[in-house]
Amino acid sequence: MEGLKCEPLKVNSYVLLHTSYILLRIYPFPLFLLHFFKMIAGLSLVSNGCAQKCMHKSWWKILCVVLLFYTFIAGFLMDVPRLPALSETIRNLYFHVCMWFCMMILFTASVVYAIRYLRTNKLVDDIYSRQFAAVGIVFGVLGYATGAIWMSYTWADPNNSSFQSFSAVAREPKLIGAAIALLIYFAYMVLRDSISDIDKRARITAVYNIFAYALLFPTIWIIPRILPSLHPGGQNGNPALDFKDIDNRMRMVFYPAVIAWTLLGVWITSLKIRLSLLKEKRLLQ
Amino acid sequence: MRKMKFLFVVVTLLLSATIGYAQDETNKVDMADTMRSNGRIYVVVAVVVLILIGLILYLVRLDRKITKMEKEK
Repeated sequence: MEGLKCEPLKVNSYVLLHTSYILLRIYPFPLFLLHFFKMIAGLSLVSNGCAQKCMHKSWWKILCVVLLFYTFIAGFLMDVPRLPALSETIRNLYFHVCMWFCMMILFTASVVYAIRYLRTNKLVDDIYSRQFAAVGIVFGVLGYATGAIWMSYTWADPNNSSFQSFSAVAREPKLIGAAIALLIYFAYMVLRDSISDIDKRARITAVYNIFAYALLFPTIWIIPRILPSLHPGGQNGNPALDFKDIDNRMRMVFYPAVIAWTLLGVWITSLKIRLSLLKEKRLLQ
Repeated sequence: MRKMKFLFVVVTLLLSATIGYAQDETNKVDMADTMRSNGRIYVVVAVVVLILIGLILYLVRLDRKITKMEKEK
Protein backbone atom coordinates (compact mmCIF):
# COMPACT_ATOMS: atom_id res chain seq x y z
CA MET A 1 0.00 0.00 0.00
CA GLU A 2 2.91 2.33 0.69
CA GLY A 3 3.96 2.25 -2.92
CA LEU A 4 0.56 3.39 -4.11
CA LYS A 5 0.70 6.62 -2.10
CA CYS A 6 0.48 9.61 -4.35
CA GLU A 7 3.30 12.11 -4.38
CA PRO A 8 1.99 15.62 -3.80
CA LEU A 9 2.09 17.49 -7.11
CA LYS A 10 5.00 19.86 -7.16
CA VAL A 11 3.91 23.14 -8.65
CA ASN A 12 6.84 24.41 -10.59
CA SER A 13 6.88 26.46 -13.76
CA TYR A 14 7.03 23.33 -15.87
CA VAL A 15 3.79 21.93 -14.43
CA LEU A 16 2.08 25.30 -14.69
CA LEU A 17 3.12 25.67 -18.30
CA HIS A 18 1.85 22.24 -19.25
CA THR A 19 -1.45 22.48 -17.39
CA SER A 20 -2.13 25.79 -19.06
CA TYR A 21 -1.17 24.23 -22.38
CA ILE A 22 -3.55 21.28 -21.86
CA LEU A 23 -6.32 23.59 -20.65
CA LEU A 24 -5.90 25.70 -23.77
CA ARG A 25 -6.16 22.57 -25.91
CA ILE A 26 -9.40 21.31 -24.34
CA TYR A 27 -10.95 24.72 -23.73
CA PRO A 28 -14.08 24.56 -25.89
CA PHE A 29 -13.81 27.05 -28.69
CA PRO A 30 -17.35 28.53 -28.49
CA LEU A 31 -16.77 29.22 -24.79
CA PHE A 32 -13.46 30.84 -25.65
CA LEU A 33 -15.17 33.07 -28.21
CA LEU A 34 -17.85 34.04 -25.68
CA HIS A 35 -15.26 34.99 -23.05
CA PHE A 36 -13.17 36.76 -25.64
CA PHE A 37 -16.05 38.93 -26.81
CA LYS A 38 -17.03 39.64 -23.20
CA MET A 39 -13.48 40.79 -22.55
CA ILE A 40 -13.61 43.05 -25.60
CA ALA A 41 -16.94 44.51 -24.51
CA GLY A 42 -15.40 45.13 -21.09
CA LEU A 43 -12.40 46.85 -22.67
CA SER A 44 -14.73 49.21 -24.45
CA LEU A 45 -15.68 50.76 -21.11
CA VAL A 46 -12.17 52.10 -20.42
CA SER A 47 -12.08 55.89 -20.71
CA ASN A 48 -10.90 57.50 -23.89
CA GLY A 49 -8.66 60.10 -22.28
CA CYS A 50 -5.95 57.51 -21.72
CA ALA A 51 -5.66 56.68 -25.41
CA GLN A 52 -5.60 60.33 -26.38
CA LYS A 53 -2.83 61.09 -23.90
CA CYS A 54 -0.84 58.04 -24.97
CA MET A 55 -0.86 59.05 -28.63
CA HIS A 56 1.39 62.02 -27.83
CA LYS A 57 3.83 60.08 -25.67
CA SER A 58 7.12 59.17 -27.28
CA TRP A 59 8.41 56.29 -25.18
CA TRP A 60 6.50 53.60 -27.07
CA LYS A 61 7.54 55.07 -30.41
CA ILE A 62 11.18 54.87 -29.35
CA LEU A 63 10.59 51.29 -28.18
CA CYS A 64 9.05 50.52 -31.56
CA VAL A 65 12.08 51.89 -33.44
CA VAL A 66 14.57 50.05 -31.24
CA LEU A 67 12.70 46.74 -31.58
CA LEU A 68 12.35 47.20 -35.34
CA PHE A 69 16.10 47.68 -35.71
CA TYR A 70 16.65 44.63 -33.54
CA THR A 71 14.24 42.66 -35.74
CA PHE A 72 15.97 43.61 -38.96
CA ILE A 73 19.54 43.13 -37.74
CA ALA A 74 19.06 40.04 -35.58
CA GLY A 75 16.53 38.66 -38.02
CA PHE A 76 19.19 38.45 -40.72
CA LEU A 77 22.25 37.68 -38.63
CA MET A 78 21.05 35.32 -35.87
CA ASP A 79 21.28 31.58 -36.20
CA VAL A 80 18.17 29.73 -37.37
CA PRO A 81 17.37 26.01 -37.40
CA ARG A 82 18.36 24.23 -40.59
CA LEU A 83 15.21 22.79 -42.10
CA PRO A 84 14.76 21.12 -45.44
CA ALA A 85 12.72 23.00 -48.08
CA LEU A 86 12.58 26.11 -45.91
CA SER A 87 16.32 26.74 -45.35
CA GLU A 88 16.98 30.50 -45.07
CA THR A 89 13.40 31.47 -45.90
CA ILE A 90 12.46 30.58 -42.33
CA ARG A 91 13.53 34.13 -41.51
CA ASN A 92 10.27 35.23 -43.09
CA LEU A 93 8.71 34.27 -39.76
CA TYR A 94 9.92 37.62 -38.39
CA PHE A 95 8.17 39.51 -41.17
CA HIS A 96 5.29 37.58 -42.74
CA VAL A 97 3.79 36.15 -39.55
CA CYS A 98 4.17 39.47 -37.71
CA MET A 99 2.03 41.16 -40.35
CA TRP A 100 -0.87 38.84 -39.44
CA PHE A 101 -0.32 39.34 -35.71
CA CYS A 102 -0.36 43.08 -36.22
CA MET A 103 -3.48 42.86 -38.38
CA MET A 104 -5.34 40.81 -35.75
CA ILE A 105 -4.44 43.24 -32.97
CA LEU A 106 -5.46 46.28 -35.05
CA PHE A 107 -8.78 44.66 -36.01
CA THR A 108 -9.38 43.84 -32.34
CA ALA A 109 -8.79 47.49 -31.45
CA SER A 110 -11.16 48.44 -34.25
CA VAL A 111 -13.97 46.23 -32.95
CA VAL A 112 -13.42 47.50 -29.40
CA TYR A 113 -13.97 51.06 -30.61
CA ALA A 114 -16.97 49.95 -32.69
CA ILE A 115 -18.63 48.53 -29.55
CA ARG A 116 -17.66 51.69 -27.68
CA TYR A 117 -19.38 53.76 -30.32
CA LEU A 118 -22.57 51.73 -29.94
CA ARG A 119 -22.42 52.37 -26.19
CA THR A 120 -21.49 56.03 -26.14
CA ASN A 121 -22.63 57.39 -29.53
CA LYS A 122 -19.55 59.61 -29.67
CA LEU A 123 -18.17 60.15 -33.18
CA VAL A 124 -14.59 60.11 -31.85
CA ASP A 125 -14.94 56.37 -31.27
CA ASP A 126 -16.13 55.91 -34.83
CA ILE A 127 -13.02 57.67 -36.13
CA TYR A 128 -10.79 55.43 -34.01
CA SER A 129 -12.59 52.32 -35.21
CA ARG A 130 -12.31 53.30 -38.87
CA GLN A 131 -8.61 54.14 -38.76
CA PHE A 132 -7.68 50.95 -36.92
CA ALA A 133 -9.54 48.92 -39.55
CA ALA A 134 -7.85 50.81 -42.40
CA VAL A 135 -4.32 50.20 -41.13
CA GLY A 136 -5.26 46.61 -40.27
CA ILE A 137 -6.23 46.08 -43.89
CA VAL A 138 -2.85 47.43 -45.05
CA PHE A 139 -1.05 44.94 -42.81
CA GLY A 140 -3.37 42.15 -43.92
CA VAL A 141 -2.62 42.82 -47.59
CA LEU A 142 1.11 42.89 -46.82
CA GLY A 143 0.81 39.58 -44.98
CA TYR A 144 -1.10 38.05 -47.87
CA ALA A 145 1.37 39.26 -50.50
CA THR A 146 4.44 38.13 -48.54
CA GLY A 147 2.77 34.77 -47.95
CA ALA A 148 2.13 34.41 -51.67
CA ILE A 149 5.82 34.97 -52.45
CA TRP A 150 7.01 32.67 -49.68
CA MET A 151 4.64 29.84 -50.61
CA SER A 152 5.43 29.93 -54.33
CA TYR A 153 9.07 29.07 -53.50
CA THR A 154 8.63 26.60 -50.65
CA TRP A 155 5.39 24.75 -51.41
CA ALA A 156 5.86 24.58 -55.14
CA ASP A 157 6.50 21.23 -56.79
CA PRO A 158 10.26 21.10 -57.43
CA ASN A 159 9.68 19.34 -60.75
CA ASN A 160 7.56 22.14 -62.12
CA SER A 161 8.31 25.83 -62.22
CA SER A 162 6.71 27.90 -59.44
CA PHE A 163 4.49 29.49 -62.06
CA GLN A 164 3.11 26.13 -63.20
CA SER A 165 2.53 24.69 -59.77
CA PHE A 166 0.76 27.85 -58.66
CA SER A 167 -2.67 26.52 -59.60
CA ALA A 168 -2.23 23.61 -57.19
CA VAL A 169 -0.85 25.78 -54.43
CA ALA A 170 -3.54 28.45 -54.81
CA ARG A 171 -6.21 26.00 -53.63
CA GLU A 172 -4.77 26.20 -50.15
CA PRO A 173 -7.60 26.73 -47.59
CA LYS A 174 -5.52 29.18 -45.58
CA LEU A 175 -5.05 31.39 -48.64
CA ILE A 176 -8.72 31.34 -49.58
CA GLY A 177 -9.81 31.96 -45.99
CA ALA A 178 -7.46 34.91 -45.61
CA ALA A 179 -8.68 36.32 -48.92
CA ILE A 180 -12.32 36.08 -47.78
CA ALA A 181 -11.50 37.76 -44.46
CA LEU A 182 -9.73 40.62 -46.22
CA LEU A 183 -12.57 41.03 -48.73
CA ILE A 184 -15.05 41.35 -45.85
CA TYR A 185 -12.96 44.21 -44.51
CA PHE A 186 -12.74 45.80 -47.96
CA ALA A 187 -16.54 45.71 -47.97
CA TYR A 188 -16.43 47.54 -44.62
CA MET A 189 -14.60 50.41 -46.30
CA VAL A 190 -16.98 50.43 -49.27
CA LEU A 191 -19.99 50.41 -46.93
CA ARG A 192 -18.61 53.38 -45.01
CA ASP A 193 -18.17 55.50 -48.10
CA SER A 194 -21.60 54.63 -49.49
CA ILE A 195 -23.54 56.17 -46.56
CA SER A 196 -23.54 59.95 -46.46
CA ASP A 197 -25.31 60.55 -43.15
CA ILE A 198 -22.60 60.67 -40.47
CA ASP A 199 -24.53 59.15 -37.56
CA LYS A 200 -26.17 56.46 -39.63
CA ARG A 201 -22.82 55.56 -41.20
CA ALA A 202 -21.18 55.29 -37.80
CA ARG A 203 -23.92 53.05 -36.38
CA ILE A 204 -24.29 50.73 -39.37
CA THR A 205 -20.56 50.28 -39.87
CA ALA A 206 -20.01 49.68 -36.16
CA VAL A 207 -22.45 46.77 -36.32
CA TYR A 208 -20.90 45.54 -39.57
CA ASN A 209 -17.46 45.74 -37.95
CA ILE A 210 -18.56 43.32 -35.21
CA PHE A 211 -19.80 40.84 -37.82
CA ALA A 212 -16.63 41.19 -39.88
CA TYR A 213 -14.51 40.56 -36.80
CA ALA A 214 -16.55 37.52 -35.84
CA LEU A 215 -16.04 36.14 -39.35
CA LEU A 216 -12.26 36.50 -39.07
CA PHE A 217 -12.17 33.51 -36.72
CA PRO A 218 -13.80 30.87 -38.92
CA THR A 219 -12.16 32.07 -42.12
CA ILE A 220 -8.59 32.42 -40.86
CA TRP A 221 -8.31 30.30 -37.74
CA ILE A 222 -10.87 27.47 -37.85
CA ILE A 223 -11.61 26.31 -41.40
CA PRO A 224 -7.96 26.14 -42.56
CA ARG A 225 -7.24 23.95 -39.53
CA ILE A 226 -10.04 21.53 -40.27
CA LEU A 227 -9.05 20.97 -43.89
CA PRO A 228 -5.76 19.43 -44.98
CA SER A 229 -3.34 22.25 -45.53
CA LEU A 230 0.32 22.84 -46.33
CA HIS A 231 0.37 25.92 -44.14
CA PRO A 232 1.95 25.34 -40.70
CA GLY A 233 -0.79 24.90 -38.13
CA GLY A 234 -3.10 22.93 -40.37
CA GLN A 235 -4.90 20.40 -38.18
CA ASN A 236 -2.26 20.48 -35.45
CA GLY A 237 -2.53 23.58 -33.34
CA ASN A 238 -0.89 26.93 -33.51
CA PRO A 239 2.78 26.77 -34.53
CA ALA A 240 3.60 30.39 -33.70
CA LEU A 241 2.31 30.25 -30.12
CA ASP A 242 3.11 26.60 -29.41
CA PHE A 243 6.00 26.40 -26.95
CA LYS A 244 7.17 23.09 -28.34
CA ASP A 245 7.02 23.94 -32.02
CA ILE A 246 8.99 27.15 -32.41
CA ASP A 247 12.76 27.04 -31.94
CA ASN A 248 14.27 28.84 -28.93
CA ARG A 249 16.68 30.87 -31.06
CA MET A 250 13.85 32.06 -33.25
CA ARG A 251 11.66 32.97 -30.31
CA MET A 252 14.26 35.51 -29.19
CA VAL A 253 13.66 37.49 -32.34
CA PHE A 254 10.07 36.52 -33.09
CA TYR A 255 8.36 37.90 -29.98
CA PRO A 256 10.16 41.28 -30.08
CA ALA A 257 9.36 41.40 -33.80
CA VAL A 258 5.64 40.94 -33.12
CA ILE A 259 5.73 43.78 -30.58
CA ALA A 260 7.74 45.99 -32.95
CA TRP A 261 5.43 45.54 -35.94
CA THR A 262 2.32 45.98 -33.79
CA LEU A 263 3.67 49.21 -32.31
CA LEU A 264 4.49 50.43 -35.82
CA GLY A 265 0.91 49.72 -36.90
CA VAL A 266 -0.44 51.54 -33.84
CA TRP A 267 1.89 54.48 -34.50
CA ILE A 268 0.68 54.87 -38.09
CA THR A 269 -2.92 54.55 -36.88
CA SER A 270 -2.40 57.19 -34.19
CA LEU A 271 -1.12 59.63 -36.84
CA LYS A 272 -4.16 58.95 -39.00
CA ILE A 273 -6.51 59.38 -36.04
CA ARG A 274 -4.92 62.69 -35.06
CA LEU A 275 -5.14 63.97 -38.60
CA SER A 276 -8.79 63.03 -39.01
CA LEU A 277 -9.65 64.52 -35.59
CA LEU A 278 -8.06 67.78 -36.77
CA LYS A 279 -10.13 67.63 -39.95
CA GLU A 280 -13.33 66.98 -38.02
CA LYS A 281 -12.63 69.93 -35.73
CA ARG A 282 -12.18 72.16 -38.75
CA LEU A 283 -15.51 70.97 -40.18
CA LEU A 284 -17.33 71.56 -36.93
CA GLN A 285 -16.04 75.10 -36.45
CA MET B 1 31.46 14.11 -4.96
CA ARG B 2 30.82 10.90 -6.80
CA LYS B 3 27.34 12.10 -7.71
CA MET B 4 28.78 15.32 -9.09
CA LYS B 5 31.27 13.43 -11.23
CA PHE B 6 28.53 11.18 -12.54
CA LEU B 7 26.38 14.20 -13.36
CA PHE B 8 29.27 15.88 -15.12
CA VAL B 9 29.91 12.82 -17.27
CA VAL B 10 26.24 12.47 -18.15
CA VAL B 11 25.94 16.13 -19.07
CA THR B 12 29.03 16.10 -21.25
CA LEU B 13 27.83 12.94 -22.97
CA LEU B 14 24.44 14.50 -23.63
CA LEU B 15 26.01 17.70 -24.91
CA SER B 16 28.37 15.85 -27.21
CA ALA B 17 25.40 13.84 -28.50
CA THR B 18 23.46 16.99 -29.34
CA ILE B 19 26.49 18.55 -31.02
CA GLY B 20 27.00 15.45 -33.13
CA TYR B 21 23.31 15.49 -34.03
CA ALA B 22 23.46 19.16 -34.98
CA GLN B 23 26.44 18.54 -37.26
CA ASP B 24 24.63 15.73 -38.99
CA GLU B 25 21.71 18.03 -39.66
CA THR B 26 23.82 20.91 -40.93
CA ASN B 27 25.42 18.92 -43.69
CA LYS B 28 22.10 17.96 -45.19
CA VAL B 29 20.38 21.32 -45.64
CA ASP B 30 21.56 23.94 -48.06
CA MET B 31 21.84 27.30 -46.33
CA ALA B 32 23.41 30.60 -47.39
CA ASP B 33 26.68 29.75 -45.61
CA THR B 34 28.99 31.29 -48.20
CA MET B 35 27.10 34.54 -47.92
CA ARG B 36 27.70 34.53 -44.20
CA SER B 37 31.35 33.43 -44.35
CA ASN B 38 32.44 36.15 -46.77
CA GLY B 39 30.43 38.81 -44.96
CA ARG B 40 28.16 39.76 -47.82
CA ILE B 41 25.17 39.33 -45.52
CA TYR B 42 26.17 42.64 -43.91
CA VAL B 43 25.54 44.36 -47.24
CA VAL B 44 21.96 43.10 -47.20
CA VAL B 45 21.52 44.15 -43.57
CA ALA B 46 22.94 47.61 -44.35
CA VAL B 47 20.51 48.13 -47.23
CA VAL B 48 17.49 46.94 -45.26
CA VAL B 49 18.42 49.04 -42.21
CA LEU B 50 18.90 52.12 -44.40
CA ILE B 51 15.41 51.69 -45.86
CA LEU B 52 14.06 51.28 -42.34
CA ILE B 53 15.82 54.49 -41.23
CA GLY B 54 14.29 56.34 -44.16
CA LEU B 55 10.79 55.11 -43.40
CA ILE B 56 11.09 55.92 -39.70
CA LEU B 57 12.44 59.42 -40.37
CA TYR B 58 9.44 59.97 -42.63
CA LEU B 59 7.06 58.82 -39.87
CA VAL B 60 8.78 61.01 -37.27
CA ARG B 61 8.52 64.04 -39.57
CA LEU B 62 4.81 63.37 -40.10
CA ASP B 63 4.33 63.03 -36.34
CA ARG B 64 6.07 66.38 -35.72
CA LYS B 65 4.02 68.11 -38.42
CA ILE B 66 0.73 66.86 -36.97
CA THR B 67 1.81 67.91 -33.46
CA LYS B 68 2.56 71.40 -34.79
CA MET B 69 -0.87 71.54 -36.46
CA GLU B 70 -2.51 70.47 -33.20
CA LYS B 71 -0.70 73.21 -31.27
CA GLU B 72 -1.80 75.88 -33.74
CA LYS B 73 -5.42 75.26 -32.79
